Amino acid sequence: MTRPRTLYEKIWDAHVVEQRPDGTCLIFIDRHLVHEVTSPQAFAGLRATGRTVRRPDLTLAVPDHNVPTTPRLDAAGNRLPIADVESAAQLAALEKNAPEFGIRYIDAVAPEQGIVHVVGPEQGFSLPGTTIVCGDSHTACHGGIGALAFGIGTSEVEHVLATQTLLLQPSKTMEVRVEGEVGPGVSAKDIILHITGVIGAAGGTGHVIEYTGSAIRALSVEGRLTVSNMAIEGGARAGLIAPDETTFAYLKGRPYAPKGADWDAAVAYWTSLATDPGATYDEIVVIDAADIAPSVTWGTSPEDVVPITGVVPAPDSFADPSKQTAAAKSLAYMGLEPGTRMQDVAIENIFIGSCTNSRIEDLRAAAAVIKGRHKADNVKWAIVVPGSGLVKAQAEAEGLDRIFTDAGLEWREPGCSACLAMNPDKVPAGERCASTSNRNFVGRQGPGARTHLVSPAMAAAAAVTGKLTDVRELMA
Amino acid sequence: MTPLDKVEGRAIPFGLKNVDTDVIIPAHWLKTTTREGMGRGAFESLRADPDNLFDSADFKGAPILIAGDNFGCGSSREHAAWALGDLGIRVVIAPSYSDIFSGNAVKNGILPVVLPQAAIDRLMEVAATDPVFVDLEHQTVTTQFQDRFAFEIDPFRKMCLLEGLDEISLTEKSDAAIGAYEARLDAEHPWMRPAA
Ligand code: SF4
Repeated sequence: MTRPRTLYEKIWDAHVVEQRPDGTCLIFIDRHLVHEVTSPQAFAGLRATGRTVRRPDLTLAVPDHNVPTTPRLDAAGNRLPIADVESAAQLAALEKNAPEFGIRYIDAVAPEQGIVHVVGPEQGFSLPGTTIVCGDSHTACHGGIGALAFGIGTSEVEHVLATQTLLLQPSKTMEVRVEGEVGPGVSAKDIILHITGVIGAAGGTGHVIEYTGSAIRALSVEGRLTVSNMAIEGGARAGLIAPDETTFAYLKGRPYAPKGADWDAAVAYWTSLATDPGATYDEIVVIDAADIAPSVTWGTSPEDVVPITGVVPAPDSFADPSKQTAAAKSLAYMGLEPGTRMQDVAIENIFIGSCTNSRIEDLRAAAAVIKGRHKADNVKWAIVVPGSGLVKAQAEAEGLDRIFTDAGLEWREPGCSACLAMNPDKVPAGERCASTSNRNFVGRQGPGARTHLVSPAMAAAAAVTGKLTDVRELMA
Repeated sequence: MTPLDKVEGRAIPFGLKNVDTDVIIPAHWLKTTTREGMGRGAFESLRADPDNLFDSADFKGAPILIAGDNFGCGSSREHAAWALGDLGIRVVIAPSYSDIFSGNAVKNGILPVVLPQAAIDRLMEVAATDPVFVDLEHQTVTTQFQDRFAFEIDPFRKMCLLEGLDEISLTEKSDAAIGAYEARLDAEHPWMRPAA
């Protein structure tokens, strides 16, 4: 009998093409997702060296980071020009490179267009047990369906395009087990914010995290994608959640998912990937789901998490001197005083979107809170950016767009938007944003912007009251 | 990639610690479609000062950069290595680097030499007026004043730099193994190919 293995080890072992004497492995890549920001130089490299894409059939390109979220077509159905010349150049490069290298391409006005990490699972292009890469660190997202997925740099993008492989060192493994049932108003986002607060932004460094336990099993696929998306915020290269019936039900019938007898063979294989009884992890963290409250960040690191009922911490409440310095800097940037109740922090901007929280379930959760209410007067800018054109269409079919617009929120076209403010969607300097995205770094949502990471329901609650709010109070 | 063995010339006595990739190349330079020309954005904020080191008569186009601890920290952007390369830098000498930066440097034909702070201090002194010699084959940094500092480097990285091998060329040597893997995958798990 073979040694018991974890989910990660099984996927890794199944993808080793060659092992080098120093332990580095040449790993086969099953799926390569390409967007416009990190690919132009990789395609230029291929062109300069006369190389081709080894497996165009395993590659899918879609623009997302730069695309405007305002209408892309005029009344006559013609494409509107993009004002930012650099954004336009990156988008044009992808539009030219994809056909030139024979890659599947979803263009900016296609109904399936969206954020690459929303599109992959939604199209069934991302599958359990596969290795998935993309030139974007939140590729970890696809771990939510049980794929080993991670972000890569531009040279690696070129390497994968040319060879369909990567040279990698195996990672250590960490199990984060969340047991029990979460309370009302607590979502997948709160679970992952809480986890990040517990393990710290560097807690998972060098590891691949497998999320286990009854609270994780109880999540929908959308929720699992949210959790795994932020594995990187805990320092891990990738996150994983074992595929199960929930996963299979989500994937069945998606355009690129296996069909017929292939489907049954695939499900049998995916089922065999679960971590064996007796397999060991390098680290184990156990979290009681009952301890998780609707959560919010106060600082400029994703580990700066407190329950919404909490207060802004004092820098000297941290034991580590370097954390004390970092916290003081964060508070200065965020314009917050220690001891301030999080629920007293006024918010001027709301962003509901990003690959963390822009799927249909996220929009439903936000709409449920907003319904029949209106945004507060001090909220100047509130946008809802669906993760893909298909999510947008589904939401519109359910009337969610009307709920948002009736409440004074803007309903936008899909893309990364204010998650990284590469397109015109930016939070003004010095203003706060309750954001459902994944990074609260200095300047992430625009120079000087102050980000508070929250769940979709919490963002909706902040829109209604104009300050960070415990969504449970609006649910009563 | 251009092979790198011996590099000699002026070394920019920069010396700063914790230089992050935002300092090396500000984020707005990420919105480009080529690797070339990024040298113009390298150290943009520092070079706004007309008296900066990088554009001084002595150091413009210098092939070596001397820096402090934790060089290249921050975001993973490979643009930092491109910017340095485009500036003409082939070697960085520092006490330590961020992991991602040193990997990106080697991938782009730039040698990240690790030397202790005392050696850095001495080289900073020499570099102000005289050239510095870097010999990758023998793993030494020397000066015309009898200074000789030996450095360590991962043998794989050394070979890549010496032979000007990029990782893609190396992996292409495994072409048959990749082909065999693909054939086995198609046989065992035909459903792995995207449907439709
Ligand atoms: S939404 Fe944000 S995190 Fe996700 S892919 Fe886009 S920029 Fe990256």
